[in-house]
Amino acid sequence: MSLSKASFAELSQVRKEGKLTDILTNIPPILPFLDGALPSTFTKHYKTKTGPFCLSRKFLVKPIAIDMNATENASAIKGGEFLIRDTPADSIFIPEEWNEEQLMIAQTCTEFLAQNVAPILDRIDQQEEGLMQHLMEQAGELGLLGISVPEEYGGFGKDFKTSMLVAEKLGAGNSFSVAFSAHTGIGTLPILYYGNDEQKAKYIPKLASGEWKGAYCLTEPGAGSDANSGRSRAKLSEDGKHYIINGQKMWITNAGFADVFTVFAKIDDDENLSAFIVEKGFEGLSLNPEEHKMGIKGSSTRQVFFNDCKVPVENLLSERGNGFKIAVNILNLGRIKLGGATLGAGKQIINFSVNYANEREQFGRPISKYGAIRYKLAEQVIKVYASESAIYRASQNMEEATEHMIAEGMDPIKAKLKGTEQYAIEAAIIKVDASETLDYVVDEGVQIYGGMGYSAEAPMDRAYRDSRINRIFEGTNEINRMLTVDMMLKRAMKGELNLMGPAEKVAKELMSIPDFGASEDETLFSKEKKYISGFKKAVLMVAGAAVQKLMMQLGKEQEVLMNLADMLIQLYVAESLQLRVEKLVAMKGEEASALQLDIMRVFINDAAEKIHKAGKEALNSFAEGDERRMMMMGLRRFTKTEDINTTAARRNIAAKVIEENKYPF
Amino acid sequence: MKILVCISQVPDTSTKIILKDNDTAINSAGTTWVINPYDEWYALVRALELKETGVASDVHLVTVGKADVEPVIRKALALGGEEAVRIDADSNDPLQTAQYIAEYAKSGGYDLVLVGKESIDYNNGSTGVMIAELLDADFIGFATKVQVDGNTATVTREIEGGEETDTANLPVVIACQKGVAEARIPNMRGIMAARTKPLKVITPSAVLAVTEILSYELPPAKAGIKLVSADDMDALVELLHSEAKVL
Repeated sequence: MSLSKASFAELSQVRKEGKLTDILTNIPPILPFLDGALPSTFTKHYKTKTGPFCLSRKFLVKPIAIDMNATENASAIKGGEFLIRDTPADSIFIPEEWNEEQLMIAQTCTEFLAQNVAPILDRIDQQEEGLMQHLMEQAGELGLLGISVPEEYGGFGKDFKTSMLVAEKLGAGNSFSVAFSAHTGIGTLPILYYGNDEQKAKYIPKLASGEWKGAYCLTEPGAGSDANSGRSRAKLSEDGKHYIINGQKMWITNAGFADVFTVFAKIDDDENLSAFIVEKGFEGLSLNPEEHKMGIKGSSTRQVFFNDCKVPVENLLSERGNGFKIAVNILNLGRIKLGGATLGAGKQIINFSVNYANEREQFGRPISKYGAIRYKLAEQVIKVYASESAIYRASQNMEEATEHMIAEGMDPIKAKLKGTEQYAIEAAIIKVDASETLDYVVDEGVQIYGGMGYSAEAPMDRAYRDSRINRIFEGTNEINRMLTVDMMLKRAMKGELNLMGPAEKVAKELMSIPDFGASEDETLFSKEKKYISGFKKAVLMVAGAAVQKLMMQLGKEQEVLMNLADMLIQLYVAESLQLRVEKLVAMKGEEASALQLDIMRVFINDAAEKIHKAGKEALNSFAEGDERRMMMMGLRRFTKTEDINTTAARRNIAAKVIEENKYPF
Repeated sequence: MKILVCISQVPDTSTKIILKDNDTAINSAGTTWVINPYDEWYALVRALELKETGVASDVHLVTVGKADVEPVIRKALALGGEEAVRIDADSNDPLQTAQYIAEYAKSGGYDLVLVGKESIDYNNGSTGVMIAELLDADFIGFATKVQVDGNTATVTREIEGGEETDTANLPVVIACQKGVAEARIPNMRGIMAARTKPLKVITPSAVLAVTEILSYELPPAKAGIKLVSADDMDALVELLHSEAKVL
């Protein structure tokens, strides 16, 4: 298959529209569907480092025929493989397994928020001079800014899951949480992961202690989701001692009080960004006043200007042109961390919601006695519990992949980046799911509060406004949905992820007579496992058909990409939840896990409907005739679940929340 | 100067207490346990301050309980103190507990024993004074300020309608309450150090309990609240007399 003139012109057009679409148009039709055709070559478009043009070249793709069953007992599940492989329940980490030390660290975070942050939320939101810096310094004294920083740089060298737990617990801290996340994530990690020894020795200990605060300057007025299109430029000074940076950055979290900025700019006319460490005191750096925002009002957000800003050459971070890679890798971590933070916020909102529902009386009874309110409380808990299952499953995967590579001799920091990148698909899924879960939880929280929910005197007003940003920053949820599908297909294209074998199997199954017989072994989780296996087939079928039908157009059919991403998200969270409950039952028994079983059943029931709806929309947009009808039948079959009494299950869950007067798990 | 701080494990104040076995026991499943706040916020933190200012040389912790209290004693170690001892016994009888602790304290040669003014589960407020008696040491309760200079402890304590300042020669047992110190949050360094600090387990000599708990009773459900206008004192008096029956 070679590149036609038409598609070359089309590609140039797409290039102008931005990088992501560019990547997506490069997906070859490798997923066989129905006729099972498999091209032996595909065309890859790529850019040269110096020129703006696309070139094409033929690659030979060897179809790797891996039987879905043959790999089941093999190595640990890789990133994205959840679509085609089953995960053993005992291999995942579940939050019921936190050890004593981790729980103590969590408690420290909770006490810090209760004592130092919660009493002064109004003052924080008014951006009282010096207040946020002081809180950051207090957090630094407790060691909370250096959780995952190696001990040699003044940190505590804790594992990734522990840093996720800290992100979760401090996630209930409203604007403070944002300042904390920005400082410890994008403010510290680029230097920690990509800095040379001198840079790390100079900056990291002070960032880990809170003496210096960090910020990250990537976004520009004209370059948001399309980060590499930024206009900021760096030029080497005549004496070769400085880079002179000119440009404008916006939405810079912590800008108002940051001492150290990681700044992205292109050197001369480079194709790709470079990154620089810029100190507040460097000549030519100036700040705009604070932005007026919908929420997270206490978080400092400003524009940062660089006017002939002189940065010593030794402050170039990593290599020239490596900036985009740094930005992407740091974002992978930021996404899952954001999941953690929204989880902590969600649990807190549930606590507020049920406290209020238990206290507020109408028609002579607390409103928590009414089914309409009970439904909301139950659903808040179901969504948060499910989301949490996915967050810590992926965290564990990242950690284990990192440890594995370190054990094989890889440099720990390189291993950390590789380990995170390996699960970038899961990180994007979690970013979307967790931020949308929190938005659901705060929205219903406002509703439970009724009129008081709309009053600035109750906590819901702030929570509702603060939550909304999570669907926008760290890559909008739309970008993350597209990335989820894009990364999955790219890995398949590179031969890293064998979607072909499983997709072929699904295609065959579609043509065969459905199995109406009862499943052989009725065990506690056999039904749910069958449903999840069906969800996987549904995704493989619709994705396979989309790739085959739309081919190069798929990148432009964003509605289809959203549908596919929604299916993947529901699948991943549902499977994570099922595995968590299965492990929990193995640990504590069926009786002690009755409510978690209810949560699982309700969530999977609803996930089936959502996957069916998204799949239907996608298929109806590109398939026709008999083929469409056959796939629709398949989709129905793959998303079919037995009817359950979700009302009774939600009542059980709500009763527990109401009795405990807090998030009960 | 060696300080011994007594640490008690209590249910978190937000934990819902559920009774079992015909109301003769508390169902501990699902209960969140914490360090008794009077022990943690005041006694322990003041001991650490005395160590930090060079007044004390050692701060050791002691608790009475079975293995399930270890997370709580380790949390106390995360705040500070060089070592802890768990006296392996299950008791909610104050004299029995005091005898266990006094036996250990005698062997350790402590100059100052700090306890919380009471534990927030059984609220007996009597273990401290019993330890003092068993050690033949002075006791000062309801302390709001604790200073030690040489062989003398100077303690301000709350009394009916005011406060008084006492001095006592070491060894002394002091029961602490609000004012003695400010609550601290365990920091990362402390949490990580807690793992490697010695936590000794000792088996006490057999001592019989002198009290036995026959049954528990939950507080009555909160009754409805009646609001009375601030201008209508007569109505308030009438209600207090006829309904609340307190006048």
